[in-house]
Amino acid sequence: MRRLYLLLGLLLLVLLLLPLVLDKYALGIFVMIFFYAYLGQSWNVLTGYTGHISLGHALYVGIGAYVSTFLAQKFGLSPWLGMLAGGLLATAVGLGLGFLGFRFGLRGVYFVILTISCAEIARLAVSHIDAVGSFSGIFLDFNPGFYNFQFRGNVPYYYISLGFMVLGSLAVHLLARSRTGRLMVAIREDEQAALALGVNSFKYSMTAIGISAFMTSLAGTFYANYVYYLSPNSMFGMGLSIDLILRPIIGGLGTVLGPIIGSFVLTPLSEVSRAYFAKGGLEGMHLVLYGVLAILVVLFMRQGILVYIKRALKPLLKLED
Amino acid sequence: MNILSVQDLGKNFGGLTAVKDLSFKLKQGEILALIGPNGAGKTTVFACLSGFLRAEQGQVILEGQSLWGLSPHQICALGLARTFQIVRPFLNISVLDNVMVGAFLRQKSVAKAREAALKVLDFMGLARQAHKEAGGLPLPQRKRLELAKALATGPRVLLLDEVMAGLNPTEVDELIALIRDINRQGVSILLIEHVMRGVMALAQRVLVINYGQLIAQGTPAEVVGNQEVIAAYLGRGLKHA
Amino acid sequence: MNLALALQLLIQGILLGGIYGLTAVGLSLIFGVMGVINFAHGQMMVMGMYISYWILVLLGLDPYLSLPLAAGAIFILGYVIQSTVVNRILDFPEAMQVLPLVAMGLILENLALLFWGPDHRSPSTALSLAAIPLGSATVDVSRLIAFALAIAFTVALFLFLKKSAIGTRIRAAADNRLGAQLVGIKVDRINNIAFGLGAATTGAAGALLLPLMPVSPHLGHDFTTTAFVVVILGGMGNLLGALVGGLILGVTESLATLVLPATLKQMISFGLLVVIMLIRPQGLFGGRR
Repeated sequence: MRRLYLLLGLLLLVLLLLPLVLDKYALGIFVMIFFYAYLGQSWNVLTGYTGHISLGHALYVGIGAYVSTFLAQKFGLSPWLGMLAGGLLATAVGLGLGFLGFRFGLRGVYFVILTISCAEIARLAVSHIDAVGSFSGIFLDFNPGFYNFQFRGNVPYYYISLGFMVLGSLAVHLLARSRTGRLMVAIREDEQAALALGVNSFKYSMTAIGISAFMTSLAGTFYANYVYYLSPNSMFGMGLSIDLILRPIIGGLGTVLGPIIGSFVLTPLSEVSRAYFAKGGLEGMHLVLYGVLAILVVLFMRQGILVYIKRALKPLLKLED
Repeated sequence: MNILSVQDLGKNFGGLTAVKDLSFKLKQGEILALIGPNGAGKTTVFACLSGFLRAEQGQVILEGQSLWGLSPHQICALGLARTFQIVRPFLNISVLDNVMVGAFLRQKSVAKAREAALKVLDFMGLARQAHKEAGGLPLPQRKRLELAKALATGPRVLLLDEVMAGLNPTEVDELIALIRDINRQGVSILLIEHVMRGVMALAQRVLVINYGQLIAQGTPAEVVGNQEVIAAYLGRGLKHA
Repeated sequence: MNLALALQLLIQGILLGGIYGLTAVGLSLIFGVMGVINFAHGQMMVMGMYISYWILVLLGLDPYLSLPLAAGAIFILGYVIQSTVVNRILDFPEAMQVLPLVAMGLILENLALLFWGPDHRSPSTALSLAAIPLGSATVDVSRLIAFALAIAFTVALFLFLKKSAIGTRIRAAADNRLGAQLVGIKVDRINNIAFGLGAATTGAAGALLLPLMPVSPHLGHDFTTTAFVVVILGGMGNLLGALVGGLILGVTESLATLVLPATLKQMISFGLLVVIMLIRPQGLFGGRR
């Protein structure tokens, strides 16, 4: 195990030094890798660890993006603080959704449909609120500075998103080893059996969705201040909800390294192929490939790529399992 | 001194009566067996006692406290733990982690819960399997794991649902010894069992139910000789039909 | 409130509801037999629209006449998806069942984008403008035909499931997969046919919708969610419930435009969906969970 941590530390060191040699375009790809790894990690808490499948996590991204941007534009509040405000609102919304789902016993596909519905209701509602630009969304003015969460070039975004990924993963790692995390896993494995052992599944499911919604919304604030534009469809849409679950599933659901590995594999593939196919006039081709890849991984590598990497590295790292 | 008392328990599924006017008491330190033919309502009784099903009528009192309307995890926290007839291990985590889930009910720290779980595993003879994935265990060990998980919650009353089914005679005897040990540590036990060898060896008293109603009770020897019981199991002879 | 307008909207709602019902019957059939939710359902419907559009442009055949062709093409699509992907994931944990079908929707949506581009296409057919006056309201002929064909298609599907040998096997497999296997039914093949039928149903709904609504690649999500709402209204796996649910949703959405902007009518469907799931998860007419 110690060697694994050593290896991860080395990789982190490399990532910290990378901006010295990479150009803006390459850095941009890394920003997206870290961003999606963090998003996947946030979703992982609810679905990977606790077993409640959410297909509407864009809801929390959207709340994070819109709340911080709205507060910044209306009251000049720093997005750093707006991020916390968005986080709190997202947590509240997540808890509300969780209450409906868990209290009324919506499980499996019913819970999936509940999450989709709530995200879509929010998307449609935001599309009709003029104060946040309704359908056309909000363009952010470019005012670089730490206070405004806006920077020239990609280097600051690189380090911020790296920070998100590393700290988010560390948080999930600690959670997974804690009492709370272990009880969440028990709920995922068999909720009835967990109840029989005195696990208050409602309480821990609520904890999971609260943490997950909070973490997810922070990424929304980051994203808004990285792309300078938010619209109901891009921030609350089903497309983003699907996008953000692919990486943890491909990497390995319910593991800390899964979302990271999934993102390192899928994000560059998606970014590069998107640019490549768009050049050839094949708009959408990369998403077709994306879908095919997702199906192949589920059919033939059900536990994700991580398992194979672990197996390959086992002798080198002296892993236990 | 009764640790668990059940008064006029009743449960219907649609128009079907699963349990009707069932009353019995489990004494402190006792091993009581609940037997009856297939479909007699035994598992429904367990589900009602442990909070997985809501009974329509009746009272269940555990150490002076009513369990009415409580959910399964609350009932477990009050000291009544159950096993499932079809065992339900958490398949993708280790045997130790499985048992720790139970231990977390009384232990708030991970280290203490691990310690407690290891103790239970040792007692159940599963120490060597502690770090294996539960999904990889063969049936006899899964049965023990099911028992170990329930035991780790520190129960005062244990409901065991056919823990001996599917085991060979040697394994049954080992389990009999273990259950006796658990009982000696002060845990009162109510068990559903079809393996008569287990019932005869363990139970001080036996309740027989059929169609959700109590038809006989007594010592194992008395019950085995009871005409009603024989009729319930084998059907009545042609003369009575 | 304007009574004439309300009557007009009511008629439109009922007519559109027939098509909603048709697509939802397909989703409900797939759920009833396989226990999976076809997250690509709306995208299949869009495929049905495009195929019927293609036939119209290339061969000049009216969408109502090419209906069997569109349905047949989507049947094959569904059959292939079931046999290559869905049959392999039936025993997977739910999270793993959701993804492949969502991914399938993504694939279909973007294939449509590749083939036909992002533009909205609306063909004009001979019937698209004709209308019959009915008191103070009017009934579009194309909507009326679409409604009639949707009902006819649904009835045909019911009869097929009730009377035919394959239909009986499908119902047996839906009732008890293991039991069906034990009496010698090739459940995999029956699943393929069932998924194909469910897909064909939504493909047919697409073809019927084409004269009423311009088609574009990204319509699929909305159709999928509409079908969800209807199926949950009617009860998962309850085919008759799906049909009635379709009518209810069609009327509700249509009348909602009296008080809300048309772009918000979907919020009504989602709101309805959530409320129904919470208070009556088995649907208005009972279903299986």
